[in-house]
Amino acid sequence: MSGMGKSAKPASVRALLYSARFRGVLYQVLVVGGVVALGWYLVHNTLANLAARGIATGLGFLGQESGFDIGEGMIPYSAADTYARALLVGVLNTLKVAVLGIILASLIGLTVGVARLSRNWLIARLATLYVEGVRNVPLLLQLFVWYGIVTALPVPRQAIDVGLGVFLSNRGLKLPAPVWHESYWPAMVVLALAFVGLFVLRRWAVDRMNRTGHPFPWLSTGLAAMVLLPLLTLTVTGAPVEWSVPELRGFNFQGGVDLSPEFAALLAGLSVYTASFIAEIVRSGILAVPHGQTEAALSLGLSRAKTLRLVVLPQALRVIVPPLTSQYLNLLKNSSLAVAIGYPDLVSVANTAINQTGQAVEGVALTMAVYLVVSLALSLLMNWYNSKVALVTR
Amino acid sequence: MIKPEDDIHAATAAADVEEPSSAVVPAPALWKPLGWAKSNLFDSVPNTILTLLALFLLWETVPPLIGWGLLHATWSVADGTAGACRDSAGACWALMGEKNRLMLFGVYPYDQHWRPLLATCIVIAMLATSAPRRFWRRELGYAWLAAIVVVAWLMWGGVLGLSYVETGLWGGLPLTLGLALLGIVLAFPLSIVLALGRRSNLPAIKAICTGYIELVRGVPLVSVLFMASVMFPLFLPEGVSIDKLLRALVGITLFTAAYLAEAVRGGLQAIPRGQEEAADALGLPYWRKMRLIVLPQALRLVIPPIVNQFISCFKDTSLVTIVGLYDLLAASKAALADPEWRPYFVEGYIIAAVIYWVFCFSMSRYSQWLERQLATGHRR
Repeated sequence: MSGMGKSAKPASVRALLYSARFRGVLYQVLVVGGVVALGWYLVHNTLANLAARGIATGLGFLGQESGFDIGEGMIPYSAADTYARALLVGVLNTLKVAVLGIILASLIGLTVGVARLSRNWLIARLATLYVEGVRNVPLLLQLFVWYGIVTALPVPRQAIDVGLGVFLSNRGLKLPAPVWHESYWPAMVVLALAFVGLFVLRRWAVDRMNRTGHPFPWLSTGLAAMVLLPLLTLTVTGAPVEWSVPELRGFNFQGGVDLSPEFAALLAGLSVYTASFIAEIVRSGILAVPHGQTEAALSLGLSRAKTLRLVVLPQALRVIVPPLTSQYLNLLKNSSLAVAIGYPDLVSVANTAINQTGQAVEGVALTMAVYLVVSLALSLLMNWYNSKVALVTR
Repeated sequence: MIKPEDDIHAATAAADVEEPSSAVVPAPALWKPLGWAKSNLFDSVPNTILTLLALFLLWETVPPLIGWGLLHATWSVADGTAGACRDSAGACWALMGEKNRLMLFGVYPYDQHWRPLLATCIVIAMLATSAPRRFWRRELGYAWLAAIVVVAWLMWGGVLGLSYVETGLWGGLPLTLGLALLGIVLAFPLSIVLALGRRSNLPAIKAICTGYIELVRGVPLVSVLFMASVMFPLFLPEGVSIDKLLRALVGITLFTAAYLAEAVRGGLQAIPRGQEEAADALGLPYWRKMRLIVLPQALRLVIPPIVNQFISCFKDTSLVTIVGLYDLLAASKAALADPEWRPYFVEGYIIAAVIYWVFCFSMSRYSQWLERQLATGHRR
């Protein structure tokens, strides 16, 4: 009796130890405990170090006056503004270069990707040369070259006149811009309405196609309406059309809009580099569509352009979109290399703030948080698009 | 002229004879290139326009480039100054002769340059030896261990008659190669743990691993390197400091591990579930199941993605320039900081780009070859 009682307890302990459930809980407690302990140890050390160096903690510095200037931005900013506003300028600059870069890289990438599959031998070879040449060299090096080229351009006095009021000089690219006028408002409203109308038209066209089988050229009609209707409104309301053309005054240009050398170099570098990867994605996407699809479409009497648009591309997109998403995210993250050529993006502004306040932890954490949020938003958007183009299965 | 019908008759008639259809007259050799050009370059109006545009582009760019890079280029200067380059209209490749040491080895003590040179050669030789599959044996691992010890001894010195060189003076190609290689090698075990953790049934472990991977993949390497360079010193207890190079290496490792973990996870997902179930049925515990059954199959699939990750790691090490280390790119930049040679920055960057390109291109070709080699077992 007593022997049984003695052995019963170890047996149940052993059963407990060998139970997969208990082990699972135990391992998780151990790992979480380890991570928490490591985190606590690091935080403890950091706080001790910060206290020893007399550095403040917390996000209080965001409200203080920054005291440094930022070369360019999309919102008004001066050295008397707060760190928070300085960081906002940086975030907007990052977004600006990322959005324009994504658009440009997609256009170049699509063109080069299709060109690599061209039946024209010369075009295909040139596209291959571009892809293999660009993607095997680090982006940072390419950025240095682009920046070197832009700053080695002639001074504004000897600027290269591209024509139509576009000037290239070592102060960047100068473009003419229309002067904003109060009477432009109606035209802007019409433009917005035409944009919404495009989607309504598409819905109607698809619906009619499904019902009756008659296609309607919704894209060309809609785009034409988007261009023509606002122009018509401008003529009807009699708004003056005035262009601000860059003009040489003294040592620099006045008027027009300008792209700074840093921005131009970063945009060129990011787009050209990412486009080489996008081209490969587009190529593999198109190759993934069986050739029989093209043959079937051609034998139905569809033109080559329609075959590409209605049969090949929709199927290729399924293969293209997921890796394309990660290339877009790469471009966003790579825009942080701006810091190396002096474009005031988020990382470079945060860096200045860190150097001034010494609050490295907060600065780095804020930067990472912003990138995470933007990456997440971008990938949500792309995943939504992906779910629209993905193959619908049972 | 032969009509198509005649052609077919001729072919059927000739079918019994050894010679294939004699009616198909091969075009004279002189016209072959023309025929090829017609079918590949000028077969339709849009194609012809494209070809002409491309030819125009080439005509505009290639002859000036050849003139600049080869015909009018200055290959060497006698007096060590850029004087001869200033007089010529071409490229100044003399830069290579004057600054190659600085570009390749950074600020490593000049009279000791044979050491990083030898170290680089050993590493490249080891990489080349590791490429063919027939050398993938246990001995290769020992050879790598020995090579790493020798390379570390060459770079650091301090024992066996070599003078000590601190890591702050390391630079150039050896630094780039070393950071990329060590980054991948150190990240590999971590990535396996992370990938297994992400596929684990235990929710807390899965959450921690997923969180880490997604967090790191969501932020740029620059910010990870900044974190490594400014925050790591704060993390450590007072009085303990770590080397700048080591900090960058830790940053690169932590960053690479997250990306590698996703590659490993891809490999794990490709292994049929039945393999794990069979291992469970045999009563293998988790780690033995992974070590003996799942990982050997999964990692084999993951080798090409690992090579690709190595290529991007190799390119990404150029970012350590931003936190003040002298890798190949930073050393090239430093060489161009000399006012005498600054106007020839394009040549300098081209030289650095060619070095990067040769490494990356050959590795990507290798990765494609490897993919074909390893795919045999799965091809139907």
